[in-house]
Amino acid sequence: MSARTEARPLDERSSERTAVTTPRTGAAVRALLRKELLVELRTLESVPGMALFAVTTFVVFHFALNRNSVEGDLAAGILWVTLLFAAILGVNRLFVADADQGGFDGFLLAPVNRSAMLFAKVLTLLAYLAVLELVAVPAFALLLLGSSLGRALPDLVAVLALADLGVAVIGTLVAALAVHTRARDLLGALLALPLLVPVVIGGARATAPLFSPTHVTGPAARWLLTLGLYDLVFGLIAYALFDFLLED
Amino acid sequence: MQAASRPWAGSPDTKPRRRGVVRYATGLRALSISTVVAVAVMLGLVFFYAPLEAEQGFLQKIFYVHVPLAIVALCGFVLGAVFAALHLNTRDSRWDMRSYVAIHMSLIFAVGALVTGSIWAKGSWGHWWVWSEPTLVSFLIIFLLYATYQPLRFAIEDPERQARYASVFAITAGAFVPMNFIAVRLSTAYLHPRVLGSTSNLPASMAFTFLVSLLAITLLYATLFKLELTTKHTRAQLRALRRRAERKSAVDGRTVGLRQRSAAPTLLPAPTMARASGRSAR
Repeated sequence: MSARTEARPLDERSSERTAVTTPRTGAAVRALLRKELLVELRTLESVPGMALFAVTTFVVFHFALNRNSVEGDLAAGILWVTLLFAAILGVNRLFVADADQGGFDGFLLAPVNRSAMLFAKVLTLLAYLAVLELVAVPAFALLLLGSSLGRALPDLVAVLALADLGVAVIGTLVAALAVHTRARDLLGALLALPLLVPVVIGGARATAPLFSPTHVTGPAARWLLTLGLYDLVFGLIAYALFDFLLED
Repeated sequence: MQAASRPWAGSPDTKPRRRGVVRYATGLRALSISTVVAVAVMLGLVFFYAPLEAEQGFLQKIFYVHVPLAIVALCGFVLGAVFAALHLNTRDSRWDMRSYVAIHMSLIFAVGALVTGSIWAKGSWGHWWVWSEPTLVSFLIIFLLYATYQPLRFAIEDPERQARYASVFAITAGAFVPMNFIAVRLSTAYLHPRVLGSTSNLPASMAFTFLVSLLAITLLYATLFKLELTTKHTRAQLRALRRRAERKSAVDGRTVGLRQRSAAPTLLPAPTMARASGRSAR
């Protein structure tokens, strides 16, 4: 066996080895992402639930606050609390199928970079959040928001994109931490909420001026900077630590 | 017969009675004594040497307890993250134990800082809780985050995985500490003048008292850290000995002691036993 491999030309062997033992991380991420999205499309376990939860929460806020429309700080607060809690629903379900149905084992058997799973899960969660916001933000504008959203939309999309990245990174890390514990749903929420406080601070402060009736200023640069710094720091930390959560 | 004559912690012919003390509690006595002295000096300075502050009067003296508690607790959290990184790096369960103890002690100190801060806020501003004080608010968030450390550990059955996951959490939370301070500080308008924010604008006698307090509280932290570590080691050793005694007698299936419900990490007994028995064989 080894003699035959020795006899082959060198370039053929090396190309075979790279093809067999180390598929590119990009390909692995694509495959994993495709799997995640296919599973979600077929089971519809997370995203519809998150979206429905967000819309229901707006209705609950209407009755709890006894307001027909909200503006400014209050509007930003309602939107961010709702998005945060809806995101935690998705976070709690993120690794459940992998843990219960052998997805982790299958992934660990594959000879790919383990960070591929982190990237794929972050992208999955980002996609979930994007769909959630596609439903929740128009619903919010329709049901509760006093001022019109039109002019504020580009700024709002920028803030949401920065915040979503932070939520996705921390959400993936926390979901991977919590999935092997007893009472995983409880721990996921308990771990994620304090860790996401800076995202809520940045997001809510940045969007508050966008929801004021006299929409004159955009989001303050320092909040966007805070969100960007948060994304960077926890992106690096998740990249450095995620491998340790996969060894078994 | 042979088992009874052989203490597992070491060979019986050299100083058998002080074995445990020598191995586990090195420096604990010196640390304890210096802590007692430092705390006594600190209290003496706070009550009899430091001048009364012009605006707040006697109440301001809580500053000498509150601020060092908060500083030491934060440093302890970061220390826990450093130990956790060493644990992930070396896979030595002793680093995990140190990380756990550092975070555990810091949590206790953080409760102290929150309570004293609350008292100070009530005394000087009339409210038990003040959202415009960014340090206090950051502290609460960090406390709430670290309060999940023990539930997380407790919810993972496998000790090896528990140690690994706890270390990942400790490093993430350690990085979260400065990040959170930045965000909260930015979000708070400076409504209250920060008279006592740093030592640079304090009179010399106050600054001296503050530094002595900081030293005393740090020593207190170190002593409690060492004490808990010693207790944990001793308990692990005792458990290993018990298990060994059980195996030796093996008459019935009766257990010597019930394992207590605890979120604390356990040092894996196998290497300890091997080391202990290896040394006793020599």
